[in-house]
Amino acid sequence: MVQGKPSAVMVVGGGVAGIQAALDLANRGLHVYLVERGPSIGGHMAQLDKTFPTMDCSICILAPKMVECGRHPNITIITDAEVVGLKGRAGDFRVRVLVRPRYVDLERCTGCGICVEKCPMRPPLRRIPDEFNVGLGERRAIYIPFPQAVPRAAIVDPEHCLYLRKNKCLLCEEFCQAEAVDFSQQPRELELHVGAIVIATGFEFLDASIVAEYGYGRYKNVLTSLELERLVCASGPTGGELVRPSDGKKPERIAFIQCVGSRSTRPGHAPYCSAVCCMYATKEAILIKEHEPECEVTIFYMDLRAFGKGFQELVTRAKEEYGIRYVRARPSRLIEDPGTGDVIVRYEDTEALELRDERFDLVVLCPALVPCRDNVKLAKALGLELDEHGFFGVLDPLLAPVDTNVPGIFVCGYCTGPKDISESVYQASCAAERAMEVVFGREVEG
Amino acid sequence: MSERERGQEEGKGSEEPRVGVFICHCGLNIAGTVDVEEVVKYASTLPDVVVAKDYMYMCSSAGLDMIKEAIREHKLNRVVVAACTPRTHEPLFRQTCAEAGLNPYLFEMANIREHCSWVHMHEKKMATEKAKDIVRMTVAKARLLRPQEDIVVSVEPKALVIGGGVSGMTAALSLARQGFKVYLVEKEPELGGLLRKLNKIYPAFREASELLSELVKAVESEENIEVLTSTRVEHVKGFVGNFTVKLRRASGEELELFVGTIIVATGAVEYEPKGLYGYGELEGVITQLQLEERLRKGELGEPEAVVFILCAGAREAEGPRSYCSRICCITALKNAVLIKEERPETDIYVLYRDIQTPGIEYEELYHLARELGVRFVRYSPEKPPKVSAEGGRLRVSVFCTFLGRELLVPCDLVVLSAPLVQHEDGRGLSRLLKVPLSQDGFFLEAHPKLRPVEFASDGIFLCGAAHFPKPIGECVAQARAAAGKAAILMGARQLRTEAITAVVDEARCIGCGLCVELCPFGAPILEGRKARIREAVCKGCGTCAASCPRNAISMRHFTDEQIEAQIKALLSGR
Repeated sequence: MVQGKPSAVMVVGGGVAGIQAALDLANRGLHVYLVERGPSIGGHMAQLDKTFPTMDCSICILAPKMVECGRHPNITIITDAEVVGLKGRAGDFRVRVLVRPRYVDLERCTGCGICVEKCPMRPPLRRIPDEFNVGLGERRAIYIPFPQAVPRAAIVDPEHCLYLRKNKCLLCEEFCQAEAVDFSQQPRELELHVGAIVIATGFEFLDASIVAEYGYGRYKNVLTSLELERLVCASGPTGGELVRPSDGKKPERIAFIQCVGSRSTRPGHAPYCSAVCCMYATKEAILIKEHEPECEVTIFYMDLRAFGKGFQELVTRAKEEYGIRYVRARPSRLIEDPGTGDVIVRYEDTEALELRDERFDLVVLCPALVPCRDNVKLAKALGLELDEHGFFGVLDPLLAPVDTNVPGIFVCGYCTGPKDISESVYQASCAAERAMEVVFGREVEG
Repeated sequence: MSERERGQEEGKGSEEPRVGVFICHCGLNIAGTVDVEEVVKYASTLPDVVVAKDYMYMCSSAGLDMIKEAIREHKLNRVVVAACTPRTHEPLFRQTCAEAGLNPYLFEMANIREHCSWVHMHEKKMATEKAKDIVRMTVAKARLLRPQEDIVVSVEPKALVIGGGVSGMTAALSLARQGFKVYLVEKEPELGGLLRKLNKIYPAFREASELLSELVKAVESEENIEVLTSTRVEHVKGFVGNFTVKLRRASGEELELFVGTIIVATGAVEYEPKGLYGYGELEGVITQLQLEERLRKGELGEPEAVVFILCAGAREAEGPRSYCSRICCITALKNAVLIKEERPETDIYVLYRDIQTPGIEYEELYHLARELGVRFVRYSPEKPPKVSAEGGRLRVSVFCTFLGRELLVPCDLVVLSAPLVQHEDGRGLSRLLKVPLSQDGFFLEAHPKLRPVEFASDGIFLCGAAHFPKPIGECVAQARAAAGKAAILMGARQLRTEAITAVVDEARCIGCGLCVELCPFGAPILEGRKARIREAVCKGCGTCAASCPRNAISMRHFTDEQIEAQIKALLSGR
């Protein structure tokens, strides 16, 4: 290691890619600041029920990595935080990080949940949608993001907290035996000295309601795939019971619609392919069949993209073992039957060359996955270039797939473009390796 | 008795057991369901238990101090914590024991949260009884615990990279730049692998030769890399950190290396689609790789019409090539675009099943091809296209699923997109390294998401098309990832693992070799007709111990005696 160079690095984003990059760097002996925007690391993978093509339980394979991050002596997790400024150069960066108040002292909070139980902000007083369950469940004004959260600690939502809004209540503070609730917390800024930075901010779901003809947000029985994921998950808001939102009835016919707002040149849509939807729809269809073997599942697709190791095999299983029906079509619109809440899918069966109206109990939309809106701010703070869609650009997609226009800053995971978990994980290890080269190698100036 | 075991006998483990039991409320997580006070009272009546206490959060610093103080005050030589899962908290409690001067293996955890309070929330009385059962079982095992020492293996800071294609060269460069010595072995006389046969690479349509010379130059000017071309791996023995590798050069010369890590980057080859669509029989039916060669050498000629047939020998209903080979759609589209840009009057038809262009750039390529006038015809595998020769030209007939009828396309060239497949000698290498192949014939990673560039055996990594067909950018990412993993091991110079391994009782061992055969990690070896476990390789899974016909193998920290004591404690009732 070059004398005087900091042996610390920063990872921005605590999803599976950021977690993997942090672990690799920490295991290489570097100190890692893992900066996460939200109250817990875990990212979208923590919300998934299972993962394709192996059908592993998602949180079961992620949680051990999250925990490892949480107790690794070389990793400092900084939640509720964002990067706001950068000075210096590769090998010698000074990064400014803004930490929002959590109103809970992370050193003291043991995650026991007494505060959550005592918080009065629940129905009938207020119904606060729970972000982790994509609004399908409820939480309080003080809450633990999800059972496997790391750090497993409470956080106060200032939008809903009675004390922060109206200066009354303080029940959480009163009942907390660890004396962890701290309403005196203020936003604070840290300046961290690091040799290299890895960016892994992941993705967001496109707001499916912009594809107006599918009626998301207007039709009760039209869900997004992430909502379905929470509904079939045993730790989800229904305990894994798949019921339709309008009447709690068990759906007997379910349709998936692929490429909702993706592979589409309409304004506000994503022209690219999100790369994971064909496979996760196949996975979700299998999960539905495992829950309800009698349920009929249809997937409407344009091109069935099953291109990775073991993918085609899973699709074959879905067809042959589970009887899942794949129809090549891009439905033109959905129509709600107001009497029953059923949804009619209008499509041209391009193989049978027929226009059809088909009735389903529940329709699941697979929306485009888009870059995080916050990328714009982050790119500005770090001097990074974004592509036309808002993904982080790379120097050379062939030989330098994680290098950016700023030497010493590397990118990985979905924030560089569509990819699945496996690719995100090895790309994260790749970005970590590049950061190692900066700190340990001859590469001071990239 | 080995020296080490003798040392352990002399340690605290052989004294009269003095057990301390510490029961955690975990806030309301445990105490909300289990009557902790009752469990404490019960625990203190168990044999050899000298102290039993409870606390709101045993893992808080106050809780940990309580344990340390009790170890000193009551001269405890065994510690049981009844709380949550050892997965998250065992390391913390073990460390606490060590801080109080106790061997960390004299600690045992009882999980009364995940295994009890969380799953029996509505049966409080029964849950309390079950918590007692779990604590009784754990104490029964704890009484028989023996001190152990972690296993420390030294790691040679040198790496062997097998395969000199783009993945292998990239991995070697990454390691060399981190300061490690790398041996880069290539069986061909030149570096480059598949890249040497390619024309231009998408995106940006870069010349493959340019890319290749850039990489080769970097590799050759890197002093930490020793390139060994025309060389094959002949024999590998040893284990993580300590591999002895025998190489043979084409000249017949033998070489022996000692390395700490191995990276497999052997790539893949194009499947020869013999007997498919007239390949090998009809002139003008070629593979994608042959087309690349013609384009590279400017030998395409001036065909009026070219037909690309995708999935030629891939995504088959049965057999080893049921997979999608990932790069064929992209390669076909790239070449269709190149031909169309060079000679726009050429008619190009792409016969496909599903166009596999995930992501941004590949979808753009698909759009570009359509804009340039490349015609796409979707066929179904039930009615595959037919190629015949007629009047000096080729003729392709295909049932188009969109039009619902047969199309006839006269053409001059039919290009088959055949999948990438494992090398002929892939199986041999998998045997040499004792690493598995998957059904598709490619090397099998330890776990697709948790460990995508590692083999289950420590110290051996994989990347690139050896794992599965993938575009160059992804090969590069995997190669660097593999290098990073190897660097983690080599940078530490040593590897510390838990002492939970198999041990052979030589007096009982008859040298049958069953353990050698069954071990998924290759830990046992036969030496002088006796089995010996290489501790650094052993993962403590217990397969050998369970199958040994003479009961000659036991598991450290999970001995038969300890497990029997637990079962007896359970059956002895309340």
